[in-house]
Amino acid sequence: MPYSEEIDFRVTDSSLRDGSHAQSHQFGVDDVRRIVGALDAAGVPVIEVAHGDGLGGSSFTYGLSGTPEQELIAAAVGAARRARIAVLVLPGVGTTDDIRAAAENGAQVVRVATHCTEADISPQHFVLARHLGLETVGFLMMAHSQPPEVLATQARVMADAGCQCVYVVDSAGALVLEQVGERIAALVAELGDDAQVGFHGHENLALGVANSLVAHRAGAVQIDGCTRRFGAGAGNTPTEALVAAAEKLGLRTGVDVLAMFDAAEDVVRPVMERETHLDRLALLMGYAGVYSSFLRHAERISDRYGVPGSVLLMKAAERKLVGGQEDQLVDIAVELVTGNR
Amino acid sequence: MSQIPVAIIGSGNIGTDLLYKIWRSATLLPTVMVGIDDNSEGLARARSLGLDTSARGPAALLDALDAPQLAFDATSAFVHETWAPRLIDAGIRLIDLTPAALGPYLVPTVNLGSHRDAPDVNLITCGGQATIPIVHAVSRIAPVEYAEIVSAISSRSAGPGTRANIDEFTRTTSRGLEDVGGAGRGKAIIVLNPADPPLTMRVTVMTSLPEETDTAAVGTSILDMVSEVQQYVPGYRLRGEPQFEPPGALSGGRGRMTALLEVTGAGDFLPSYAGNLDIMTAAAVRVGELLAQQPPVRRA
Repeated sequence: MPYSEEIDFRVTDSSLRDGSHAQSHQFGVDDVRRIVGALDAAGVPVIEVAHGDGLGGSSFTYGLSGTPEQELIAAAVGAARRARIAVLVLPGVGTTDDIRAAAENGAQVVRVATHCTEADISPQHFVLARHLGLETVGFLMMAHSQPPEVLATQARVMADAGCQCVYVVDSAGALVLEQVGERIAALVAELGDDAQVGFHGHENLALGVANSLVAHRAGAVQIDGCTRRFGAGAGNTPTEALVAAAEKLGLRTGVDVLAMFDAAEDVVRPVMERETHLDRLALLMGYAGVYSSFLRHAERISDRYGVPGSVLLMKAAERKLVGGQEDQLVDIAVELVTGNR
Repeated sequence: MSQIPVAIIGSGNIGTDLLYKIWRSATLLPTVMVGIDDNSEGLARARSLGLDTSARGPAALLDALDAPQLAFDATSAFVHETWAPRLIDAGIRLIDLTPAALGPYLVPTVNLGSHRDAPDVNLITCGGQATIPIVHAVSRIAPVEYAEIVSAISSRSAGPGTRANIDEFTRTTSRGLEDVGGAGRGKAIIVLNPADPPLTMRVTVMTSLPEETDTAAVGTSILDMVSEVQQYVPGYRLRGEPQFEPPGALSGGRGRMTALLEVTGAGDFLPSYAGNLDIMTAAAVRVGELLAQQPPVRRA
């Protein structure tokens, strides 16, 4: 089943949300206007804007926003002619108050993200979003950590609360091909006509585009990318490569491929503090299954405490840390330095 | 001093853990437990210990001629809101473990003295009980413009009430960091982790600090506070020295303190990893012991 009569799958570009991690949450209003303008002109249908850890993420633990995210959201809405502006919220970090504020600023899509076993902390946010007339998406994060049947059960909880599309979110960039397909298929089988299924991939094992295409074959009709891989860890599925590969397979996304190549090179790259790298730390995240946004924190804490970033990340995997536990990287560093536990 | 009779409202996990802790108290004597399920394990245990029990809920306390004048409410926000006014009218003081937050917020090591006469006191949240003492320990030495906490608990220790209304946790805890902890602005974050074996509750407290702060004094104040909390939660401990950072871009140009803590429960009825639940029941009993030394509120 295609997404609609016009397109086979719908692309959401998250450069201005997932990319916020890579930018240490320092996007300015001009960055947002430029990127939204270019992606909108290329026909990207949905563009996500928020602190990397979602609405309300500006904090000591995750990084303070350089510009309040609600200003960025309002700027994005002002710059978009066709694209819908989406926001992300992690219950436990952001609240329904943040969703209301984003809606008042013109956001049209709310994506509610939980760790993939904790979907039952999301209903209050879905209920409000639907009440406000917003489109809803659910994120089951760290989806590599659970088998397909568990994810399907959790997807059902979100769908019953009013979620219109549940995503398998490979936060650690740890899933490989069939592992994506099996998970997507389990959600499609569980949800049927009740909700769509989506996929959000990272590049930590260099599989973003391939995994996304496998996801589409298994029934996913919404797929995330970040232009120039501008996202956490080794970055996300590159949107421009995704739409190009799709076109070569005869899949319609409604996005102008050459316009995306230009946007990536001429507009997005100049905003980026640095290119994303498939370096040792990023590879470790994909290999061991660590939440991608831990990368910049691990680098910083490694510098401050003089402990190897790779050891921090391996310990994070050992401790089975989930998204939001960035504070525990400091705990690991202190433990390594003092060696008292 | 003779023991003061007390009632427990609610026979679930929290109510039953309270029963264990109150049973050990030198000052308090549990005499009544009311619930809504006559077959619950909590009521069965209460009966076996010789308490009067009823499955008629809080109404049973209103009908009893000799109901204790101090009661612990371990039900839900809704039940507390419904019954608190009537119980208070009947001369029963309430220690509220629900998120109803009708009465003043209370942390035993911080502000018990200010609310000795309140007919209904509220224990905020588990994250609040674990972190507000530390924020207070900092703010009594140096002004805390901003305080932030991350509370990570095992998925298994988060009940359906917490899950259905997680915003209540973040809002109530944030307010507690400000009103009781003394922070200009508070922010609370909660993370549920499904790891097996279950993770023991972890909390991280971060506060801003003015550049000229005497960090040694702040460190000592925190250590003192941890010892005070340990009096009623022995498993409350720092996982290393408090960390201090000079002003920098990452902290918005202010200095910053980070305290990493672990809360291991006593393992009474609740498993020891559920330090989040244990710190609530332990704080409640502590408050009860201190309030019990007060003359009872006169019947209206």
